[in-house]
Amino acid sequence: MALPPTRILPVIDKDNAAYWTWGANGELAIHRCADCGYRVHPPVPFCPACDGRSVGPEAVSGRGRVTTFTVNHKQWVPGLAVPYVLALVELVEQPDVRLVANITHCDPGQVRFGMEVEVWFEPVEDLWVPLFRPARGAA
Amino acid sequence: MTALAEKNTAITGIGLSDVSRGASRSALALTVDAALEAIADAGLSRGDIDGIATWPGERADGSGFSPVGCAAVQDALRLKLGWYGGGGEAPGQYGAVFNAIGAIAAGLCRNVLIFRTMYEATARKTAFANALLREGQRQAGPFAWYAPYYTYAAALQQALFFNLYVHKSGIRPDQVAQIPINQRRNAALNPKAIYRTPITLDDYLASPLIATPLRLYDCDVPCDGAVAIVVSRMDVARTLRNPPVRIEAIGSSMQYRNSWTQLDALDTQAQPKVAEMMWSRTDLGPADVDIAQLYDGFTFHTLNWLENFGFCERFGAKDFIEGGRRIALEGDLPVNTGGGALSAGRLHAYGAVHEACTQLWGRGGERQVKRDPRVCATSTAGGPLAGAMLLVRD
Ligand SMILES: [Zn+2]
Repeated sequence: MALPPTRILPVIDKDNAAYWTWGANGELAIHRCADCGYRVHPPVPFCPACDGRSVGPEAVSGRGRVTTFTVNHKQWVPGLAVPYVLALVELVEQPDVRLVANITHCDPGQVRFGMEVEVWFEPVEDLWVPLFRPARGAA
Repeated sequence: MTALAEKNTAITGIGLSDVSRGASRSALALTVDAALEAIADAGLSRGDIDGIATWPGERADGSGFSPVGCAAVQDALRLKLGWYGGGGEAPGQYGAVFNAIGAIAAGLCRNVLIFRTMYEATARKTAFANALLREGQRQAGPFAWYAPYYTYAAALQQALFFNLYVHKSGIRPDQVAQIPINQRRNAALNPKAIYRTPITLDDYLASPLIATPLRLYDCDVPCDGAVAIVVSRMDVARTLRNPPVRIEAIGSSMQYRNSWTQLDALDTQAQPKVAEMMWSRTDLGPADVDIAQLYDGFTFHTLNWLENFGFCERFGAKDFIEGGRRIALEGDLPVNTGGGALSAGRLHAYGAVHEACTQLWGRGGERQVKRDPRVCATSTAGGPLAGAMLLVRD
């Protein structure tokens, strides 16, 4: 009997470290330009909006909306629990920042386009993986 | 119109190995079969080939995705080359062709052998070779953003985009089904296709859901096989045995964010600007196209291309393909006439080029489109990747 698969973690570098570790403090870190306020994701130390170079991680609210999603039914590897939801989530602060995530804490059949969601973090090894669940207090 | 380099090139020969769900011979053997057939078909010999290209280049990772690269073929055939190039950072699978056009224009070579080899059917018998993930290893590069979320296959990423397209367009499963049903009907007439038994709407609706809204019959078929083509400088092409299939125009642009998550328009993928570029480089338009060999890694790509090439309006594909008559061999716009990757095997857009030339040269046998097709639109796709070519036989 194979064990359920674990999450495959990213290689951490100087640009993405905040995204995968600030969850320890309950914060979702997204790079932002100090000059014009534009959020740059994936994190790059350059602002394409104003050519600024003062771009670094800053906590966002952690609230977003489901841009699109899929309910996976295929058991790709032994032990994988299906169905589960893979989604792209856009931040309420800036919708062109889209995050990949699983949508948890609800039945896969309940996920909808535009659904309001909020971040939570699952600790895996030395990292904190951002995940989203239906937002509390959402309509 | 100023001189555009692709107009000085043509496809002069094609080759296709046995294509199967499990080859008895090696990937390199299949590649050599296809290469020698293409060279002979052009009326050339090994010594005439002075350039070679492939996409994405050799990947010795056991996945079968690209087991053979330029070096292996150059050595196997002992080619004497003025130029060679294989690599994946290109406008989709046709990046190899576009690079060859540039190399010919630069005077580096005159007859370029371009090939694409797949060995995924065999690879998957021993490993989960489709796995984008490696258990116990950390993921680097752009896919690291997907890796922690059980994204085991490209199908899941495409399902994200496809679901948004379904949501916006309102296309129904019975309409999507016309793509695989049409292609299986064509495959029944193609002796080299893998799956040749026709399927019905009920078969489609009963096929397993992979990831909503993708069903099994929306996905192409991993295979073992190789395709090769020869692209020649036009003055050489005019001396060879086949009527040149001219590369009338190409679309190679990257005007959007090159990202599987931040791509500007998820539901159209990278195709609209690529199509726009291709049409800007020719006096021809969608109404001049006789047949279309559209990328079909997933049915969604084919639907996308019908719209993005301008054969129908945005979100009009569902009506365009309704009932399947318009895209059938006898229809106004025959699509994927050999069965495509869905039925003839995942040869990754090069099966489509082979079928385009087969039709333009009138070699289609039972599946030959009757009214002497001269103009074929063909394309590649996948998230931020896209490339397009318009092929014309004079
Ligand atoms: Zn800025």
